[in-house]
Amino acid sequence: MTSTVVIDKAAPTRPVKLRSMSRDRTWALRWSYFFLTLFAVFALVPPLYMVITSLKTSAEISAATNPWWVYHPTLSNYVELLTSNQFLTFFRNSALVSIFVVTITMLISVPAAFALARMRFWGSATLATGVFLTYLIPETLLFLPLFKMFVAFGDLTGIQLINKWYVLLVIYPTLTVPFCTWIMIGYFASIPKELDEAAIIDGASWFQTLTRIFIPVALPGLIAATIFAFTVSWAQFLYPLVFTTSTDQLVLPVGIVTTLIKGDVFAWGQIMTGALLGAAPPLIIYAFLMDYYIAGLTAGATKG
Amino acid sequence: MADVTLRKVVKKYDDVEAVRGIDLDIADHEFVVLVGPSGCGKSTTLRMIAGLEDITDGDIMIGGDVVNDVPPKDRDIAMVFQNYALYPHMTVAENMSFGLRLKRYPKAEIKTRIDEAARMLDIVELVDRKPKQLSGGQRQRVAMGRAIVRNPKVFLFDEPLSNLDAKLRVQMRIEIKKVHQKVRTTTVYVTHDQVEAMTLADRVVVMNHGRIEQIGTPNELYHKPATKFVASFIGSPAMNFIPCRLEEAGGKLHIRITDRLAFPLPPKRAARYQGVSRTDKLLLGLRPEHITEASPHAEPGVENFDAVLDVTEPMGMETLIYFPIDGTQVCGRVNPNAGAQDGAPLRLAVDLNNMHLLNEVSGAVI
Repeated sequence: MTSTVVIDKAAPTRPVKLRSMSRDRTWALRWSYFFLTLFAVFALVPPLYMVITSLKTSAEISAATNPWWVYHPTLSNYVELLTSNQFLTFFRNSALVSIFVVTITMLISVPAAFALARMRFWGSATLATGVFLTYLIPETLLFLPLFKMFVAFGDLTGIQLINKWYVLLVIYPTLTVPFCTWIMIGYFASIPKELDEAAIIDGASWFQTLTRIFIPVALPGLIAATIFAFTVSWAQFLYPLVFTTSTDQLVLPVGIVTTLIKGDVFAWGQIMTGALLGAAPPLIIYAFLMDYYIAGLTAGATKG
Repeated sequence: MADVTLRKVVKKYDDVEAVRGIDLDIADHEFVVLVGPSGCGKSTTLRMIAGLEDITDGDIMIGGDVVNDVPPKDRDIAMVFQNYALYPHMTVAENMSFGLRLKRYPKAEIKTRIDEAARMLDIVELVDRKPKQLSGGQRQRVAMGRAIVRNPKVFLFDEPLSNLDAKLRVQMRIEIKKVHQKVRTTTVYVTHDQVEAMTLADRVVVMNHGRIEQIGTPNELYHKPATKFVASFIGSPAMNFIPCRLEEAGGKLHIRITDRLAFPLPPKRAARYQGVSRTDKLLLGLRPEHITEASPHAEPGVENFDAVLDVTEPMGMETLIYFPIDGTQVCGRVNPNAGAQDGAPLRLAVDLNNMHLLNEVSGAVI
């Protein structure tokens, strides 16, 4: 009898966790918003500052006013940059380099990845790892030997590549090809083997299997690799700084820094404007390709 | 359309022999099913016929030509894969026509063939859909359609129904049989499901450990298995194997199972087993349907005995019963009205006209 009494007493005092799941979720949501806000502030304040500064005159920038407010907004920085041939040359050089580098990278790394992922030849696995390892060598270690190589190449053949924007077309792929090949190997490896076997039985050659099955199916991966290659070549700073010096051969990041900083005079307004304009193309490309990037095109290939 | 011949075909992966010398003749229009447990080499054999695997030794002939070194696309075969392997970015029609488009068939011809195959497989309204919009059964139909439009010499099926649920599997099984009745293309079909093998095949090839155990029609395999493996693999529930030996008693050959249990053999069987050594360790092979409830009328070759049932499994049209004989669990099939109950005794009859006698050591059926 006593025991029953104890149980009767205990039951109502036991804490009842009503809707505990939804409460947990609410907290998870609060925390995620807290951190999202934190990171958004962290990531967005610099560009915001750039926008604010780009709308100011040099006088206002150096004046001791509130740096977060524009009292006399002006577009003069934009007008000046966009009408200066120099800046447009940098922009053109950057665009040419990036487009060509992306093209070269894709033409090399997609077939390479296909061969390494699917054609199972002797040593293919080792080679695949080797490709990735080359990516791990930092450019700060490579630029001196590379420079010496191009000098030697010029002495030997008489073809002078240094201080030409197109020398970057040879150099950037050393950064982009290994990584893009690695990404594409991963994507191709995730395509079920039966898919290429079906294609082979249907009468497709290796090349047709690649172009008509693998590339369309691995499109999200291809776009990821493209974005990567573009970003790397667009934002690369060290190599163009070393390999190009004449003003008409410079790409955007180096051009802005070398021409808008004269000795210890910083043309802050124009630097900020140039940086903003330079950041625009990658942003636009991300915005357009994001849907593809996320879309899972492999759904429905096999069961599930 | 063509016949397929395998001559001493061997496949080695490094040191592992996956297929150990297979001889097989598949006639034109024939539907042959390779069946066996996983790792028995059936899929490897099929892939060698397809040309997706090199053969280590031997010859494979399709339509009389040796195709050992012929690439898959020139073998004029079509294959249906277990996971369908549809091209996800193409519509059903594009999937089906891919091979024809690669071979630059005229558009009108391609359309005719797709329409024909789609009608045959009842997927006409699906031709503009993408694979991910289809159910498993529909995807498998499309995969079959892709094979049919090619009008190849040989169809190869690699466990095509394994990914489907049980009900759909039965339905698609009938579908495949119907398709074969219409197009009559030589077909090699791989499965691990003996029911699929029995129901679909003109002839079944039972494989085990990279070798062929037996080739025969479904009925031959069921009623005249050559080895213990075939006897146990074909049929569900599986055949019972009860340790026994032969002995002479009163001038008649008996089969002795335990000290207290022995049956006289019917004359035909006695004649057949006369030459078997009386000391050999043997197994009595009995299918569950040959162990039934005892009937009041004596029949030649049918012997009665008593057993205490362990477990009964009512299946509706019959009841499966399980009981021990000297430590061996034995399964029988009785009428649902026979009064079989868990733990209760029941008088049973064993039909020795349909018995099998196996050598316990070699596993061979005597």
